[in-house]
Amino acid sequence: MKKTTNYAAGILEAYEYLLSNHKEFFIIGQGLWSPWYVGATMTDLDKKFGTERVIDCPISELATTGATVGAAVCGYRPMIVHPRVDFMLLAVDQIVTQAAKWRHMFGGNSSAPATFRAIINRGGEQGAQHSQSLHSWFAHIPGLKVVMPYTAKDARDLMISSVLSDDPVMFIDDRWLYEKEEEYTEIEIIDLNDVKPQKLRNGNDVTIVGLSYTSLLCEKACQSIEISHKITCDFFDIRVLNPLKIDDILESVKKTGRLLVVDGDWESCGMASEIITSVLEKIDVKILNNSPKRITLPNAPAPTSKVLEQQYYIKESEIMDALIQITK
Amino acid sequence: MNQEVKELIDPLNFRNSINIDGVEKSMLIDMLRKMILIRKAEEKLSEHVESGKIKCPCHLGIGQEAIGVAVALVMRKTDRAFGAHRSHAHFLALNENTYSLFAEVLGKYDGCSHGMGGSMHIVDNENGFKGSVPIVGATIPIATGAGLAAKMDKTGDIAISYFGDGSCEEGVLHESLNMASIMNLPVLYVCENNLFASHLHIDLRQPSNSTSRFAKAHQISNATVDGNDVVGMYKLLISEILEIRNNKPFYMEAYTYRWKGHVGHRDDIDVGVKRGDQLTAWKERDPIKRLFVAMKDNGIYTEQEYESLLSEIDQKINNDWNRAEMAAFPQEEFLLNPVYSN
Repeated sequence: MKKTTNYAAGILEAYEYLLSNHKEFFIIGQGLWSPWYVGATMTDLDKKFGTERVIDCPISELATTGATVGAAVCGYRPMIVHPRVDFMLLAVDQIVTQAAKWRHMFGGNSSAPATFRAIINRGGEQGAQHSQSLHSWFAHIPGLKVVMPYTAKDARDLMISSVLSDDPVMFIDDRWLYEKEEEYTEIEIIDLNDVKPQKLRNGNDVTIVGLSYTSLLCEKACQSIEISHKITCDFFDIRVLNPLKIDDILESVKKTGRLLVVDGDWESCGMASEIITSVLEKIDVKILNNSPKRITLPNAPAPTSKVLEQQYYIKESEIMDALIQITK
Repeated sequence: MNQEVKELIDPLNFRNSINIDGVEKSMLIDMLRKMILIRKAEEKLSEHVESGKIKCPCHLGIGQEAIGVAVALVMRKTDRAFGAHRSHAHFLALNENTYSLFAEVLGKYDGCSHGMGGSMHIVDNENGFKGSVPIVGATIPIATGAGLAAKMDKTGDIAISYFGDGSCEEGVLHESLNMASIMNLPVLYVCENNLFASHLHIDLRQPSNSTSRFAKAHQISNATVDGNDVVGMYKLLISEILEIRNNKPFYMEAYTYRWKGHVGHRDDIDVGVKRGDQLTAWKERDPIKRLFVAMKDNGIYTEQEYESLLSEIDQKINNDWNRAEMAAFPQEEFLLNPVYSN
């Protein structure tokens, strides 16, 4: 039997690799000496590598994020861990107005290559303030790279790439992916600048694009629809939201004439809009067989009640329906 | 050294020459030269904000020169200072590079940030000035993290965080002091309390005009000092610096006054509350004059030497300004090139 791993184990392996091989790397964040906030992604790192490099900290999102930026400016490759996106918003000034602009506003004479790890932790009746993703907000910012892995291999390898990148990076992982199993592969050191959307399925009828958890839904929907309706899809997992590399998706849409984007965040000014627009403005729309379509969250904060939650989050069946509609 | 706040905020006090006992002549001359250079550089900037040649917002610190100079003279090149919107003095005290500053303020490629930053984003890594930004309080946690990095380096370097009394109304000061205290970080926090945030006097913004209370709340050693006495602050910092290098944060609140308005070349005596009637009085507490008079009275510097220092600095400033005016702007591709590393 082949060795397997999962998404959470991939992240843990990335940490072990970075702490073992890069003395300029350290981690700071709330709960790191008792990391139940972060699933199985950081278990025992403090015990193995010491509390001077795996630093638990006061409940001060803004100052600890700013301190991460300051250490990055001074030659370290630090990571701040925000166990939930929602709380990280207290630190947006340091991410958006400081780190992302640091290189440009000093004319390239300084830089702040910090990694901001944010975890999406939603569902389970956690309600409006424990469920946000907001990746599109961050992907809007020049100077800030935004990485959202879907596979366990990417969770590990792109976390390493993010930390070793010479630019500030927002690395967003999703707890709904933590148990995702796949075959184990060896660590691959990849320059983040070389990472582009990965094509995980080949087909002829529809180009379908997902990111992070919606890539899991897309992949399942593609499998099911191929069996039930003989619809075959080119499926792309975005991986790096900013800077967005659209070329391969563009070529695929030229072939299929159909584009469906599935994004687990709100519709307005979102990633789905960005992907669709980036494709549309570079092709002759006359080649399209149908209008592009996006599936996103309803325009509401996350509900608490489980009945409404069921309605709120994107389901594989919705994606299948959309694939049927778009091929009609 | 701790002085009474109620005396420090009264401009009728501390007008006389300062005590320079125990400080070497060469150090005193360094202090004097740096303060005059900063004063005259900012007067040059003021002149060209008025002439319209400078367009970017310029927050001048004329009257506040002593603080950055005292700090610079206890710093190593590997220490790391972070400033705010009013940081020309912090930068020049470390490098005396008026050409680099002037070119930056004019948006020229030769500027310290290649013309991408202007007055509010200045940097000089080689001399320990790691950057200034105008978002109020934003560099306080960044300097705190620079202190964390210095502690990890184990080389005895420290971080310096410059901010004003207005920053103390930002929550991040509290977060940062708490962090520095609990984590034992080598950070020197320097509050330049000039009594004003933009147009509004501290009495109308805070229940106390002493920001050292925040240091006390976080169990950080602190001192309240005359910010227009360069020698007094220098002696204080010399006595504290080893402790700071040994991972103990320190908070120095230096009372001072800015002679110009919040931004630009005007005095702004008619802007805001409690300013017009006090500006003239405050100008009597001139940090440059007080040092020079002390040096003269102690027979270590003559009027003639002073005059020749002034004219030497004038000449440098005029040369540097003229060169900066002639310098080239960044090339068009520079708009996009520095966004990312690649």
